Amino acid sequence: MQISPILSALRHHKAGTALIAMQIALTLAIVCNTLFIIQQRVAHLSRPSGIDEAHLLRIQNQWVGQHGDYAPLLAADLATLRHVPGVVDAYATNSVPLSGGGWSTGLGLKPSQNGPTAMTAIYFADDHTLPTLGVKLVAGRNFRADEISDMPALSKPTPPFVIITRALASKLYPHGDALGKSVYVAPDKPSTIIGVVRRLQAPWTGNFAASFSDNSTLVPFRLITNGTNFVLRVRTGQMGNVMRTAPKALYAANRMRVIPDDDGVMPFSAIRAKAYASDRGMAILMAVICVMLLAITAAGIVGLTSFWVGQRRKQIGVRRALGATRGDILSYFLTENLLIGMGGVLLGIALAIGLNLWMVTRFEMQHLSLWYVLAGAVALLLLGQGAVFAPALRASRVPPVEATRSV
Amino acid sequence: MFAYYLQLGLRSLRRNPALTALMVIAIGFGVAASMTTYAVFRAVSGDPIPDKSAQLFKPQIDNWGHQHGRTSDEPPNAMDYTDAMALMRAHKAEKQTVSFPIGPSLIPADSSAMPINVVGFATYADFFSMFEVPFKYGGAWPASDDAQHASTVVINAKLNQRLFGGSNSVGKSINLEGHDYRIAGVTDNWNPQPRFYDVVNGGGFSTPPQIYIPFSRAIDLQMQTFGNNSCNGPGGRGDSFADYLRSDCVWLSYWAQLPTAAAVASYRSYLQAYAADQQRAGRFHWAPNIRLRNVMQWLDYQKVVPPETQVSLLLSLGFLVVCLVNTIGLLLAKFMRRAPEIGIRRALGASRREIYAQFLAEAAMVGVAGGLLGLLLTALGVLGVGLVFESQIARLARVDPALIGLTLLVAIVATVIAALYPTWRASRVQPAWQLKSN
Repeated sequence: MQISPILSALRHHKAGTALIAMQIALTLAIVCNTLFIIQQRVAHLSRPSGIDEAHLLRIQNQWVGQHGDYAPLLAADLATLRHVPGVVDAYATNSVPLSGGGWSTGLGLKPSQNGPTAMTAIYFADDHTLPTLGVKLVAGRNFRADEISDMPALSKPTPPFVIITRALASKLYPHGDALGKSVYVAPDKPSTIIGVVRRLQAPWTGNFAASFSDNSTLVPFRLITNGTNFVLRVRTGQMGNVMRTAPKALYAANRMRVIPDDDGVMPFSAIRAKAYASDRGMAILMAVICVMLLAITAAGIVGLTSFWVGQRRKQIGVRRALGATRGDILSYFLTENLLIGMGGVLLGIALAIGLNLWMVTRFEMQHLSLWYVLAGAVALLLLGQGAVFAPALRASRVPPVEATRSV
Repeated sequence: MFAYYLQLGLRSLRRNPALTALMVIAIGFGVAASMTTYAVFRAVSGDPIPDKSAQLFKPQIDNWGHQHGRTSDEPPNAMDYTDAMALMRAHKAEKQTVSFPIGPSLIPADSSAMPINVVGFATYADFFSMFEVPFKYGGAWPASDDAQHASTVVINAKLNQRLFGGSNSVGKSINLEGHDYRIAGVTDNWNPQPRFYDVVNGGGFSTPPQIYIPFSRAIDLQMQTFGNNSCNGPGGRGDSFADYLRSDCVWLSYWAQLPTAAAVASYRSYLQAYAADQQRAGRFHWAPNIRLRNVMQWLDYQKVVPPETQVSLLLSLGFLVVCLVNTIGLLLAKFMRRAPEIGIRRALGASRREIYAQFLAEAAMVGVAGGLLGLLLTALGVLGVGLVFESQIARLARVDPALIGLTLLVAIVATVIAALYPTWRASRVQPAWQLKSN
């Protein structure tokens, strides 16, 4: 295929050529960045929490009308919950992964250290916590029942020992020898690391905890306050039943409590959906915009090429009369589109990178991977070829006799 | 003449239904995408209290400094008890309030009914007039109730409906956590969004508060904040409630009403002097570091508008631009195809200006059609926002006359702008050349 006649023909349609190229360039710039945002969102919302979410249920509970000693109430409620049919195990805590609210603190390696070595989420835990959550120990041991003590709401946590996540362990002790070592949760008293778990996400999914999302510390305390979260491990297939029977059992044992109507009893599937609602929403919105944009661009190419074909019927007829085959005409239009497309794609790559750099500074986004740009470029060239195929096919069917007709 | 151009335009658009439909669809989708995201953007970035946002100020005092490895130069975004009480006592603003979120249990008078959880604020009497809270019955409690630590309460209309069937309940009592409170007033629907007066808790978009009680009473009862609490020092919250009140933990939201520029300046110098006093007294080991932001500056500083909304607005605008480029191309194709017709009209005496008017009229018709389609799609899009964004935000995005007008305007203006170049090309057609080639 000769390129120079195509180029000289395009020179007569400067405006139309420029418009198609520009549209391809803008589409490429927007689609690349959009796909990149979608990919980041999807990566964010599919991060594992480390707990066996399918079998877990959270009940938020607040005791009312009883002041002072909540310890016996807590013990009684846990005993009630563990006897509900379908419940394997249960424990009480201040917070759970994905819940969005909790307690964070800095950890040091020296007493009264200036500036923390690592940030961490603090989870109140007992000997039932690891089996309930389905979190695996990779080193050391679990808490024993006799090691769990009561902690009133306002006091400082000074745990004698802690269980931490592997991510946190390697931040504190990069040589992998955290087990048995000390860490300062309280500024003055060291806590011994007695266990390391594979993974346990912090409660927050937003930017706040982005730098320490896998750093968690379990402390051997019962939080003695009027509000608590019960976490229940439920037998497979029993989730629906337990969601009905567990609150009933709690009310039957003691009526003076509040379990909020809307989010008081929530399986972890729902907690996860709520935690990542805006990420998922953003990904869907972006995907819709992407698809519509590609459709509009393809439609624009079809429209403008159809017009060109209509305009050039006579020339096509002449070429056919002079011996050009249908294939020649078809490949003429395909090549023409490819040339315009390549021009647009080159401009689009520059635009895509420019747009990304601007968004990096303006919205603290990450840098665009070049693979997205290349994949987007190939996709747009293919889209252009696909869009031009129908009008080009129509052009190839122009009979040679057109040459003899006047317009 | 204009009516005639419209007629001509209509006939021409009918001649190529496919091309016309393509243009209308492109504009409709482009406009709908940008308008839908604009509706969300408008909902989350609007001024929640337009007539007072320039008068309400949020003082911040740095009570943390660079101690304990803290590196930020910004003061904490809430206040500790010591500073909040000192500012309240000084009473330097026209009106001032300090509040924190509470979530007590409400124990029904009917002993067979279940207790319920209610959310609201412990605050001062000025809260209601500062933030223009409307009342259905009664009103704010008198300032003397703040001084006397009175057990008085303001409830919202929805809670009043649930507890008293919507009747005037002023003077009756409710029981919170075992204590009786006398109802001073029932607020009408009030839930400004973003919730500027408490963005630190709940990100600025939350359900309306149900109860308000005097701050001094809540402190007497040692009520804990239902919102965020941050401590910087190693002491944390301390071991008792008294320790907690003495600690550097921040959990209180302070607001001052400063109606004039002079009042703002004098309040700023008061804050500066206060922080300097604290430094001299040895409580702060750093130079005074204060901020005084009004409502919109505060919302901006707290980044209340979710970044994803901004990004999607931007991408939708890009989408509109692509649709416009597309429309330019299609209009160009459409108009240039009619070069012979233009040539004849020019030869018969039409001026360039008249050709220009004719084709712009035709383009405007495409714009109107695109706008109508865009309106329909925007309505669908706003409905769809509920599936995509958090319900607290989606609830705020709605189609109103302003949005309808803007959608049509954007569609028509955008199409006419897109038509400028193709129309210019059409008006440059040389009549002699067109007539000769035929």
